[in-house]
Amino acid sequence: MHTPTGTTVVAALTAAALLGLVACSTPGEDDTPGVTDDTVTIGTHQPLTGPAAAGYSTISAATAAYFAYVNDNGGIHGRDIEYIVKDDAYDPANTQTAVRQLVTEDRVFAIVNGLGTPTHASVLDYLDEQEVPDLFVSSGSLTWNQPGVYPNTFAFNADYVTEGAALAQYAIEQRPDATICVLGQDDDYGEGVLEGVEAVVGGNEIAEIQTYSTANEDLTAQIGAMMEAGCEVNILATINGFTAMAVGTAAALDWFPQWYVSSSGGDYPTLAGYLGEDTAPLLLQGMVSVNYLPFSPDDDWVELFHRINEEYNDGAPFTGNTVFGMSVGYLFAEALAAAGEDPTRESLVAAIESGDLLGNGIVPLSYGEDDHAAYRGVGITTVDDGVQDYVGTTYSVAAGQVTTVEAEPVPLEHEGIPQPPQ
Amino acid sequence: MRLTLRAAAITLAAIAATFGLDPFRNYQLATAAGVFAAVAGLTVLIGLTGQLSLGHAVLMAAGGYGYAAAATATADVAPLPVALLAGLIGAALTAGILGLLLGLAAARLHGPYLAGLTLALVIALPSAANVLPLGGEQGRSAPLLPVPEALSSLIAIEQWHAWLAIVISAAAVTPLVALRSGRHGLRMRAVLDDETAARLSGVNPGPVKTGAFVAGAIPAGLGGAALAVATQQVAPGGYGIAFSLLLVVAAVLGGLGSIGGAAIGSVLVVALPWLIDTAAEAVPADLGRRLDGNLAVLLFGAVVIAVTLARPEGIAGLLTGLRRPKTAPSEPAPTPPGEAPPSNDSKPSTNTER
Amino acid sequence: MERFVFLLSNGLARGAVLALFALSLVIVWRAARVVNFAQAAMAVVAVYAAFALTAASGSYWIGLLGGLLTGALLGAAVERGLMRRLPNRTPLPGMICAIGLVMVLQAGLAIAFGPQHRPMRPPFSESPIVIGGVPVLSPYNLFVLATAAAVMGALALLFAKTSLGLRLRAAAFAPETSRLLGVRVPRMATIGWTLSLATASLAALLLVPVELGLNPHSVDLLFVNAFAVAVVGGLDSPIGALTAGLGIGVLVSLVTGYVSAAAAPLAVLALLTAVLLLRPGGLFAAKEARTA
Repeated sequence: MHTPTGTTVVAALTAAALLGLVACSTPGEDDTPGVTDDTVTIGTHQPLTGPAAAGYSTISAATAAYFAYVNDNGGIHGRDIEYIVKDDAYDPANTQTAVRQLVTEDRVFAIVNGLGTPTHASVLDYLDEQEVPDLFVSSGSLTWNQPGVYPNTFAFNADYVTEGAALAQYAIEQRPDATICVLGQDDDYGEGVLEGVEAVVGGNEIAEIQTYSTANEDLTAQIGAMMEAGCEVNILATINGFTAMAVGTAAALDWFPQWYVSSSGGDYPTLAGYLGEDTAPLLLQGMVSVNYLPFSPDDDWVELFHRINEEYNDGAPFTGNTVFGMSVGYLFAEALAAAGEDPTRESLVAAIESGDLLGNGIVPLSYGEDDHAAYRGVGITTVDDGVQDYVGTTYSVAAGQVTTVEAEPVPLEHEGIPQPPQ
Repeated sequence: MRLTLRAAAITLAAIAATFGLDPFRNYQLATAAGVFAAVAGLTVLIGLTGQLSLGHAVLMAAGGYGYAAAATATADVAPLPVALLAGLIGAALTAGILGLLLGLAAARLHGPYLAGLTLALVIALPSAANVLPLGGEQGRSAPLLPVPEALSSLIAIEQWHAWLAIVISAAAVTPLVALRSGRHGLRMRAVLDDETAARLSGVNPGPVKTGAFVAGAIPAGLGGAALAVATQQVAPGGYGIAFSLLLVVAAVLGGLGSIGGAAIGSVLVVALPWLIDTAAEAVPADLGRRLDGNLAVLLFGAVVIAVTLARPEGIAGLLTGLRRPKTAPSEPAPTPPGEAPPSNDSKPSTNTER
Repeated sequence: MERFVFLLSNGLARGAVLALFALSLVIVWRAARVVNFAQAAMAVVAVYAAFALTAASGSYWIGLLGGLLTGALLGAAVERGLMRRLPNRTPLPGMICAIGLVMVLQAGLAIAFGPQHRPMRPPFSESPIVIGGVPVLSPYNLFVLATAAAVMGALALLFAKTSLGLRLRAAAFAPETSRLLGVRVPRMATIGWTLSLATASLAALLLVPVELGLNPHSVDLLFVNAFAVAVVGGLDSPIGALTAGLGIGVLVSLVTGYVSAAAAPLAVLALLTAVLLLRPGGLFAAKEARTA
């Protein structure tokens, strides 16, 4: 009994020593955190290690490359953007630690593009309480759009319900009599897309609903059931790897239905990475997906992002993640430019809520004082001969109602460096 | 009683230490305190009865869910201190009951079979969170406990939560220390040493092993509650295989059976990855983005291997070995883990002598 | 009925790989009385070697051979370089070392090759042969089943009929006595690790082409499931690994097909609990196992 407690004293002291004796704990107040005369420091949490790294670790690399490009061109209001990327391995417990470190220790100006629903949900209350701007969350959950509860949190993705509704609408327009089925991930992603599909076609009109878990890399049972149900249009709420697996499994069964895939799992270059460059054009021919960011091969934005990717990202493979990461970077830079000569957290949030930000999407941003969703519409894309492009059909979704609208792409100006408003 | 006084002294020392820490490190300290309670339970379970549980993360999660449910329900009708207390009772109960069920099964199982069962339990947690009313992968939230009025000008919320976590883990671990050095501890060691002999001397191994499992589960549940206090939520993603194995790593690195070792081990697994990560950030970024995150994991793994090679019996042995006489007082026959037994078949020389 | 046959055959194909990996755990348990927690990370290193060799040579078979060899060498190296240096009185230091090794290997692979999935092609078609209108096993599935059966048979012969097999068993069950009888116990442990890792690498090589692709974490879940399989079958029993592997493969497929994907891990847990309550040493527990 002497020994263990004795050791505990030593351990407690070790703990104190290890954790370091830095400053004191009293809450203090000073200038805007993260902003100096020549830098603005922001942070994010991303899965850089662990199983989820395969799908997402390229996003923050693209964002960082875009910021490097901005900094080389004079920064925003003469300030460089310092982007701190913390690894959370897609584990909410790690996210909690990472975000607290960013806020209290690195004293970031804002959290930008934190990735994942369960991960980011775990720090939502903390960020709200600390009044840290929580911008452009990388997930299509509806959670991020609650201005009354979380006044500083803003979404970026078109939400899953919107995507599901748009896919279903395009399906019934193209093939009014087709048997529609849904395969979804067993979380809010699958549920959200399913909700959108149901809103358009009605709950009883879905012939087969299957789910999968990322913990079991096998879709044979699910695809078999859908095949048996005679599905003709399969709407997928799957991440890219499982989209490839669904298409591959069906092809092995000699089954070639129509695939309608959510934007989170419908990125052609990524899917080709899974299926192989040789077979991908065949298997993915005619695949329908949605997007809201510039993706046409001849688009000015895409051309610029290609250049930045070559110069600042070691020429990493150019995928939907690259466009996504750089678009998030652009939107933050635009918000920062609009937040004034001497930005504060309040002026940053006000700049976004003003509704004046344009972003670079093909549909207008919907930010406002009562609306923290980013994109309330999406454009339909298809794959033809190994090239994914918009077909010209664009939908806006409100309260389960899908309406056809005109795409309004934002022209590229000033080489993609946002300028302060005149 | 001396034990209580010592425990109070250590708790006060730890609380005093929070004044020297900034908010982020206080948050880490709160995390370490929660992990410490779980590792202490685990180290007693493995070290004294030889039952290898790889599922202590699930017991922590059970405690977290129990805390969140009870505290949230009470917070609507009662003041927060009552809600905290109700939450802690909820945590101890949930983890204790799950521990009892596991313990009943565990009493019949040997080493790797128990390890296999508890590992399958960890794998099933996300599914269980989907099927049971546990809020799916986003989990359940727990009420935020603000700094009391009287202290609010003095300390930040992280420091207050560190205090609570320290007190909770002290309340969880102190009875464990008493148990470990009392008659029950003796029974556990007897069972570990030789089940047949224990049976002959009137100790029934089944209940002893089951009891040990419950005794190891309740601190884990309270540890989970401490984490829920600090983070205001509990989600299955935070209690996966990696974390569960990390608890075992903490117990073994610290030194099995040793409470002080559990404290060292917990601080190591909480602070070391962060320290390494901070050091790894000094690596120039142009060496490649693939190093981000991965370098820290690689170095942490290397440290774990190096420490195990250098001190296979755990770090606590370093401290106790200097002072402890060959046979600890009031602990007769059994060989406490941490000290090499006389017979060892890994050395050929001893065998040629036989 | 058609659905049942379809799910059954899919489960058998998955179960064969599971059984093979579980067998590798049984081998190392029999040879060294440890459960190797780094089995998956070591096997995935072998798959990366096979991937690189196949890419360089264009031949699946050269890659397969190189992968097996890499796995075997890695097994021997880890036993000699790490595990032997730890006290074997309790299995825990070895387990902790293995967990550290998992971090080093997986992070090392991610640094060297990146985290993305790399597609691996199976050497045979994945399109199932249709019998009576029901798609059953594909040529690749048949290849997996045949390989698994051949390896099982060969290892069973090795353990039951050869003097090496006898020495391996003796060294694990009674190291002291074996040493007195002239068995070189440390060498037996090395051989056990080598055989075990070659088998694990083979299972991983067979699995990766039908999953998302090659990634440092591709084999993690296979290890976890195979551990459950080995426990259900009995850690000492190759036949237990085979039976339980096929059984759990079919169970997961049926539960996923008839109930939901989320129910599968719960079904495995329920089966594991039920079996261990009835037979604490697994389905095919040997009497000796109880003293381990």
